[in-house]
Amino acid sequence: MSDYYHIVVCGGIAPDPLQTLEPVAGPALKNELMLPAVLDPWAAHALFEAAHLARSAPGSRVWLVSLSPKAKLQQVMMTIAQKAPFELVVVDGPSSGFTDSFDVAAAIAGAIENIAGLDRSRLLVFGGWESAARGAGTTMQMVGERLGIMDQFQGVDELKAEADGSLAILERIEGGRHQVSRCAGPPALLGWATGSLPEPPNQPQIGMANMRTIMPSLQRAKPAALPGDGIVFRKVALPRQQRDTRVVKDLPADAVAKEIVEWIRG
Amino acid sequence: MDSGVNMERLLLLLHADESGSLPKVALECIESARTLGGQLDAAWTVGLVGGQAGAAAAAIGSCGAARFLAVEGPDFDAPRYATDAAAAEALCLKADATLVLAPATSRWMRALPGVAQRLGGRVDTHVVGVSVQDGAIEIQRWYYRQRMEAVLTRAARPWIVLADPGASEAWGGAPQEVSVETVSVEVPESLRRTTVIGARAAESGAQTIRPDAALLFVAGAGWTKKQKDGQVRAQEASELILDIVRKAQASLGSSKSLVDLAGEGQAVLPFLTHLHQVGQTGSTPRHPKGLATCCHGEEPHVVGWRFINERRAVNLDPNCGWARGKADVLYVADAFEVVRKVNELLDA
Repeated sequence: MSDYYHIVVCGGIAPDPLQTLEPVAGPALKNELMLPAVLDPWAAHALFEAAHLARSAPGSRVWLVSLSPKAKLQQVMMTIAQKAPFELVVVDGPSSGFTDSFDVAAAIAGAIENIAGLDRSRLLVFGGWESAARGAGTTMQMVGERLGIMDQFQGVDELKAEADGSLAILERIEGGRHQVSRCAGPPALLGWATGSLPEPPNQPQIGMANMRTIMPSLQRAKPAALPGDGIVFRKVALPRQQRDTRVVKDLPADAVAKEIVEWIRG
Repeated sequence: MDSGVNMERLLLLLHADESGSLPKVALECIESARTLGGQLDAAWTVGLVGGQAGAAAAAIGSCGAARFLAVEGPDFDAPRYATDAAAAEALCLKADATLVLAPATSRWMRALPGVAQRLGGRVDTHVVGVSVQDGAIEIQRWYYRQRMEAVLTRAARPWIVLADPGASEAWGGAPQEVSVETVSVEVPESLRRTTVIGARAAESGAQTIRPDAALLFVAGAGWTKKQKDGQVRAQEASELILDIVRKAQASLGSSKSLVDLAGEGQAVLPFLTHLHQVGQTGSTPRHPKGLATCCHGEEPHVVGWRFINERRAVNLDPNCGWARGKADVLYVADAFEVVRKVNELLDA
């Protein structure tokens, strides 16, 4: 069988987007370990797409490689593990946005290289095209380089496995357009944008099956070294964006529209 | 200025677009490079990649660069990671660059982080400011999806810096013929495993995403909810929204909740895709003005408005997020009525 895929999804955790964030010296987030966390949103889309692709290609396997504080990751897994079948690989380390992607990529690539039974000739490395923390969109490319993958795509919204074994890929580009590419086949790396799949419902049976690998993986997670050599943050601050909002009530629609049109044209 | 800064070798890395010309953000980067070159008191180099990169060099010949390098040929026409990374790597090595400035286009965002890895360097993206301060080069960028701004500097070199659109004024100098040094890059078959077929609009029908528009019009989930008459009026909402976007030549955005409705089987606006989504898991567009309608203005959405200067909102809820210091003006009104009137006035 040659049409299976070994899909490795790279995904860290990020603070729940509804949380108020405040920087403290370090830099770090105030009460970072107390903040509710979620699987990084674009990485979550990558995971759902990986599970979908694996279902369509018998013999495929999906791993989720996460560089995260393992106690927080365990909490996030309670939900994510019910969404899609995967095997978890944990690297214990900070999920802070202030770490350097160079170091993060080294840790993640090392973890991927150590996955037992991984067929590098059928490897698809997935991840979010940017994280919700650093938001740089640089880690995945560095992981790919470390793994020797020269076919890389970012801002991916669609991947189709063609009958001839090639991969048809849509990437986001400027102006609300997609770049259409065709890759000869694995190995390839895809940094996903939103994809096209909705978030799957929770499925407790999948969660139970996943937990058989999740708990041992969390227990044997090794700490990652993220030296952050030579990076100096001179300032990290919340933006001063509070506006003095004028709330206009009881104004007829005609008058509101007139004011808006004058503003648009002004 | 310390000796470290004086020893910087600045390379401005650009690529031509499909038409052979340079995108606007490239011209903005030229202005940044001119300023930075002046602060560093150093000659700087332009590196160009593209099918006919040499022709693009003439368009910016008077920009002030001391040297022009180019990797060109059919293999470098289309944006493809393997060949773009090989070209950029070759240019960085040829220029012996310690600091590489580049526009944050989708093409360079895809390729340059990998180049930093190859060169043993570091990379920063979505940079909104570069300058020399206290004897060191420092950059400004955002973290946590535009919720924190940071100023940082690095010791590692080469340092690749990708600047976002709008970070600088665009350079507007005259074309001038220049001498271009062609840098040869070998392209083995292993770098041609991917074929770029082309670009296509993500949506069928009218164009609704206009990055250069003066106005961002955002449609929130309220457009597809039951209205005062107890009815869902999605069809009418679609017509009103497309009408105002067309008449105002605005760019259309939406909230995640509205885009997600399609996946939940609810009434939807058929022309909306995830590409319209603004916010935490969407885009952070740059327009001078933004008008939000039927959208609550919660933080995960509003982080995408960080670079919208003037903000107004129309919402029935006077306590929505926009009222809490996120908009300049909140009109507590029915968006159906207001937008219909706006469309009539725009016709006049």
